[in-house]
Parts: sequence; structure tokens; C-alpha cells
Amino acid sequence: MRSYNGRVPVNPELVGRVFAPTSPYLVGREKVREFSAAVFATSPLNTDVEAARAAGYADVVAPPTFAVVVQEHTLKQLLREPDAGIDFSRVVHGDQRFTFTRPIVAGDELTATLSVASIKSLGGHSMVTAESTIVDATGAHVVTATSTLVVRGDE
Amino acid sequence: MTAGITLTPDELTTGDVVAGGHFALSRDSLVRYAGASGDFNAIHYRDDVAASVGLPGVLAHGMLTMGLAVQPVVDWIGDPGRVLDYQVRFTRPVLVDPVDGAELIVSAKVGKVDAEAGTARIDLTVTYNGDTVLGKAQAVVSLAPAASV
Repeated sequence: MRSYNGRVPVNPELVGRVFAPTSPYLVGREKVREFSAAVFATSPLNTDVEAARAAGYADVVAPPTFAVVVQEHTLKQLLREPDAGIDFSRVVHGDQRFTFTRPIVAGDELTATLSVASIKSLGGHSMVTAESTIVDATGAHVVTATSTLVVRGDE
Repeated sequence: MTAGITLTPDELTTGDVVAGGHFALSRDSLVRYAGASGDFNAIHYRDDVAASVGLPGVLAHGMLTMGLAVQPVVDWIGDPGRVLDYQVRFTRPVLVDPVDGAELIVSAKVGKVDAEAGTARIDLTVTYNGDTVLGKAQAVVSLAPAASV
């Protein structure tokens, strides 16, 4: 299927597709500290193990948007999907959402499973909503990361 | 158990500004975020690549703006683990000048209190050069530290 000028549109059959879980991502303490510095986080719970433990956490707590690091692996799966028709150079990040059951802490081993929730057309663009469900090593839900990618259409 | 302040629903009024901050972004900030997040899209650090795709200059990662915008809220409640839900819409790019950088101003106000759930929705306004850069930027936080298990 091709649009009039030869560009492949986003494949509508992607809706509902569930991808294979990503290989486990081990959350490192130094990675949490590095990410915290990068987003200007100043809470001691992000960096100080003792402060985090005093608050009842097993280790340093990741900033809310850290889940994007794990989610990123699932979005790569989507962009690489042979029949997706998503041209990375035309993708703009539209919306982002994180819904937590609990925060991510250092030591977590996280696995993400992507599903395509919806594809909508708007003014010649395709809005692809991808939901990455992130669970820990026991399979318990940690956070769901939802992105809407705007794939720019023909201009 | 978690940490931070304990709020009661009646001490929060919709529209009250509860937190805010100024963030000075430089090109260094973008390189640091690229490394920390793994997002190495070159439009976030190379002027020539940004120009080649029709951008007026190097842009901050949207996820960097989202990441820093919630920090005043985290500092206010005192625990990053008390952010239960956080969403934004990316509405305007943030251009980061190689010399002057870019300043982002964040203001966080009470959007809605859910006394039954023990949560508050905090609405964020993030401006750059007088324009808002995020739409529907909302963080739902718990009003009190969780009870110890």
C-alpha cells in the first residue's frame, strides 16, 4: 500500500499488535544518579542510598521520567517492524505519559512489553499511540509508559 | 513507607501555585541528557544536522523538558516515588543557543484534589521565551507518604 507520491503510510493493522518482551534491563545505581543529574533532580532520594532506605526504598529512587530509558527499547522494536511503515525521520514525539504502580529503584530488573493502542489520522499525519508495560523480575507491574508518535504525512 | 510532607485535601485550593523553578539549559545539558537517556538523535547537539532537517537550530530533547519540569513538584512533596502519574504534550520546541542556552521557567499549581483517593493533580506550566512549550502537563501526586507495610 502506497500513498500517491510513493510514501508508505503507517500500517493500520499494527493496532492491537503486541511485541515480544524486551530483554531484562538492570537498573544501576550510578545510572539513576547520572539520569537524575541530567534532569536537574535534587531530591536526595535520587542519589543518596541512606536517604532512600530511610524512606523505605530498597535503593536510590529513579526520577519519574527514567522509565523512558526502558521504554526506548520497545519503541525501537516498533520502528524496526518491517511492515510498520514508520519512517523514523518523519517521527515527532507528540505526547508522553507514565502511570506508576510503584517507582523504579536501583536493582530493579525491568522488562517492557509494547502494544500498539491506536493509530489515528489527523490532518494528513498519523498518530501512533504505543503503550509499554514495564514489569519487574517477579512480573509485577511497575509503570506503563505511553507515547504518541506523530508520523508526519506528505507535505 | 515513603517520605516527604503530609498534605490534607482542604489545605490545597485549585489554582494555588505550590512550586516552581528556573532551569538554565546549555548545550552541555543536552549532551548530558543524551548520554544519560541514550537518546543520541543528533538534532539535539549538531547545528548542521538540525539545519539539514529544516529546524531553526539545535533543540532540547522533549523528554529533558518533561524530566526537569516535574522536579519542583518532587522537591515540594519530598519524594519522587509519590508521583503516581505524569503526562505532557509536546507543543513547542525549545531552541538551545550554543552561547546563551535557553531558560525554562516552571510553575506548578493545584489542578484538582481527589480527597477520596488521597491525591492531587498538579498542573505544570513551562515557558521558554514567554511561550508555553508543554500542553496538558499534569502530575498526580499522593497527598501523604504511604503507610509502612
